[in-house]
Amino acid sequence: MKIIIIHSIVLLLSIALCSATTIIVDPAGKTKTITAGIRQASTGDTVRVTAGTYREGNIIISKSLVLQGEGKPVVDGEFKTEIFTIDARHVTITGFVIRNSGMSSVKDLAGIGSIGMDFITIRRNEFINTFFGVHLANSNYSVVEQNTFRGELRGEIETGNGIHLWQCSNSAIRDNYIAGHRDGIYFEFVTRSVVNGNVSENNHRYGLHFMFSHDDEYHDNTFRNNGAGVAVMYTRNVKMINNIFEKNWGNSAYGLLLKDINDSEVSHNRFVQNTIGIYMEGTSRTTFVRNLFQRNGYAIRLQASCDSNDFRENNFMSNTFDMATNGTLVLNTIDKNYWDKYEGYDLNRDGIGDVPFRPVNLYAMIVERVPTAVLLWRSFLVFLIDRAERVFPAVTPENLKDNYPSMKAYDLHPTT
Amino acid sequence: MTRVIKYVFYDILRTRFILLYTLFLLLCTIAMFQLDSDTGKVILSLMNIVLMVVPLISIVFSTIHFYNSYEFIELMLAQPVDRKVIFLGEYFAVAFSLSLSILAGVGIPMMLYGADASGFTLLYAGVMLTLVFVSLAFLSSVLTRDKAKAIGVALLFWFYFSLIYDGLLLWITYTFMDYPLERLTLTLISFNPIDMARILMLLQLDISALMGFTGAFYKNFFGSSTGMIFSTAVLFAWIVMPVVIAARVFNRKDL
Repeated sequence: MKIIIIHSIVLLLSIALCSATTIIVDPAGKTKTITAGIRQASTGDTVRVTAGTYREGNIIISKSLVLQGEGKPVVDGEFKTEIFTIDARHVTITGFVIRNSGMSSVKDLAGIGSIGMDFITIRRNEFINTFFGVHLANSNYSVVEQNTFRGELRGEIETGNGIHLWQCSNSAIRDNYIAGHRDGIYFEFVTRSVVNGNVSENNHRYGLHFMFSHDDEYHDNTFRNNGAGVAVMYTRNVKMINNIFEKNWGNSAYGLLLKDINDSEVSHNRFVQNTIGIYMEGTSRTTFVRNLFQRNGYAIRLQASCDSNDFRENNFMSNTFDMATNGTLVLNTIDKNYWDKYEGYDLNRDGIGDVPFRPVNLYAMIVERVPTAVLLWRSFLVFLIDRAERVFPAVTPENLKDNYPSMKAYDLHPTT
Repeated sequence: MTRVIKYVFYDILRTRFILLYTLFLLLCTIAMFQLDSDTGKVILSLMNIVLMVVPLISIVFSTIHFYNSYEFIELMLAQPVDRKVIFLGEYFAVAFSLSLSILAGVGIPMMLYGADASGFTLLYAGVMLTLVFVSLAFLSSVLTRDKAKAIGVALLFWFYFSLIYDGLLLWITYTFMDYPLERLTLTLISFNPIDMARILMLLQLDISALMGFTGAFYKNFFGSSTGMIFSTAVLFAWIVMPVVIAARVFNRKDL
């Protein structure tokens, strides 16, 4: 009973203390600038900014505040400075149009930047032509959601990343739209975080760039037409689920580039029309389940440095080459997938083909050595060579085969 | 000229072969659409037919037809008609009927089952290849008096363009792989009409693979309007040149 009373007193006290006031910033009113609004506010207050254009240089938020834009107020950095710098914990910024930040090759100037502050929420803002969109370093428990980022003016060198997180944990990046930046979303040393529901397209380099970021999960995102696709590197225990990787075209563009990844999961994703669906190097103990590979140049390029990976129940449809590799040693299992190029039979009618399928095609290996030879693909001669190789494998790795190929395509409903 | 074309065309229809050919294409196309629901895969299988069977049938049928209508040609030459008119009349009639077979046999089912841009490219490639190989057949026909020999030459043409040439090309790319070969292969490819048609299809079906480094070169070339004009011009050259040469030989020939 005593405890309850004490608790209620504490609760009441805290409510009394938190009775936040609201300060209104209005170009025509008493408080004309956001900076002035922040100066008047005390911890826990709400600063409501009404419609208008604010050109105040760098705005430093040094108190725990809610900064709320109403009617999309525009905050313009005039290509000179960082726009919002958050220098306090528990800051929320919503509803702004943040545009034209400065650019620097020394400092990472951002639309909203923060170093070392936790519990930051950035919601429903529009970032236009910012160098970095959101730049968080050393910041935990942050949320970046429902923002749009459009970089329109700059090339690869002159633009930063859309959402850049460095050494953060327990953060959530949700439902954002990012286009025209260097990397759409950039994660380095970010742990236990979730990236979901984002659309990242037409960025100069990677749609999502992921390094040294363990125990993360990204799901239901779309990465389309980025300069080099998506790269996940030097990471363990990352879950990639239900994403769409689409139209990443070019010599070094990959739907998904995996480099030194361990103990991870890639499932229910769709890889459509990429030059290379998945390129993997030094990847081990990772499962690839129920993904769709459709109309890619190469569905998977499995380098010989990968081991103990498991490919199961994936659909391979209308790819030019299903698989390519650079060695003969195979330490991965690729059983029970559906391959539209499979021509075997199923006498006992258990839905599993009776002869193994070899996904590595001889001509894929020739093209690997002589890229020009791609021009002869699908000619009758190449068809004959491939046939001969299928019957007596001499060049293609003998052990790289699906021992239980499915006769029917798997029904891959998107998971919810 | 139109009257000659008309007579020859009716004559071809009377042999029923052309109807069988149309029926064959029709059945093949329908069967493929029935067997597979994925349009891309259907187009792929059809492509094999268009690149292999269509040139073969075109060239053999045209050669045989030319020899079978030798008497008709001789009869016509006794009339006050220009030799060129008779020869070109024969050519146009044969080319027209074979192209019609493709358009009907492949085109109609494609319309019914629904096809995209790749389907139309396939039809285009098929018609162009038909015209090219009818040309080549007429050339081989006027080169010799002997029917068997002419069919032999025709088959050799087909064999050369569909198999031997690609073998040589592959050998060249493999041998000289340390050199930049993009332009060379591009030039060599245009010396083979079947390869030209195949590249047009590759651009539709394997666009993702072609987007690699060297592939992008071809993609940029053939995907651009210059490339389209170039490939069409090359195919046209392949149609016109053999026919012109054959017509000249025919003009001077002692029948």
